[in-house]
Amino acid sequence: MKAAVIVFPGINRENDMVRALEVGAGAGVTKVWHTETSLPPGTDLVAVPGGFSYGDYLRCGAIAGRSPVMKAIVDHADRGGLVLGVCNGFQILTEAGLLPGALMRNAGLKFVCRQVRLGVENDATFFSRSMKKGDVVSCPVAHHDGNYFADADTLAHLEADGRVVFRYVEGTNPNGAINDIAGIVNANGNVLGMMPHPENMIEPLHGRTDCMPFFEALAAA
Amino acid sequence: MKAKVIITLKNGVLDPQGKAIEGALSSLGFSGVDNVRQGKFIELDVAAESADEAQATVEAMCEKLLSNTVIENYRVEVE
Repeated sequence: MKAAVIVFPGINRENDMVRALEVGAGAGVTKVWHTETSLPPGTDLVAVPGGFSYGDYLRCGAIAGRSPVMKAIVDHADRGGLVLGVCNGFQILTEAGLLPGALMRNAGLKFVCRQVRLGVENDATFFSRSMKKGDVVSCPVAHHDGNYFADADTLAHLEADGRVVFRYVEGTNPNGAINDIAGIVNANGNVLGMMPHPENMIEPLHGRTDCMPFFEALAAA
Repeated sequence: MKAKVIITLKNGVLDPQGKAIEGALSSLGFSGVDNVRQGKFIELDVAAESADEAQATVEAMCEKLLSNTVIENYRVEVE
């Protein structure tokens, strides 16, 4: 499996993502700078990692979501290629139009950095197929703008089509996200965005390895 | 030509920062304050032959980058 981890100025979780893809998914990983206009040949999965691209100026992910490399990522997704966005990466994918909705300032206004309990809502996506619907895993979050919002129509479609893949277990929603939404896929199921950081819950040194199955599933990409 | 862009959250989109401002105003003794909504203000110079052209250009900027139309409205004023 060949993965490309996209790097923007201000991103800081790219090495965590590279390590998780190498250790968990056995991937050959290339880091790709945001000014590139194409992906390495044979890229199976594009990962947009977390951080603070462009200092979150204007809106989180707004400037990165319109950078030169995004066209290559959109083309990759249109061809059915896998795209994973975590945290700032999720914000970037919504700003780029690859996923619906928007990530707004946390309802409590504070930056939250803690573990949440994440419920698996849909185990039929490529990303979640090694987990079971109803599973609850621990996963860290670290964000200031993770308050997922979508208009009523969009939300109804997301729910009806099973596109909510991860939901904060009742009572652990850290940011006010509508319907406790933590992660969604696009209509084709090949683009996943999520606020929590599965790449930081895979090794004994992380304290727990709950999210290892998530990366193991990606090995077959 | 100078243009001003005012970006506000759409009605129905919760604005926790507006709520916090409202709470602060109230604790400072300003009574009767309600529905505080915060937003962004952007000022820029744009090369254009006419005010209409400038208006159209800046509106295109709003659609492409300056606002996120999923959650925000924008208003452009050309001077």
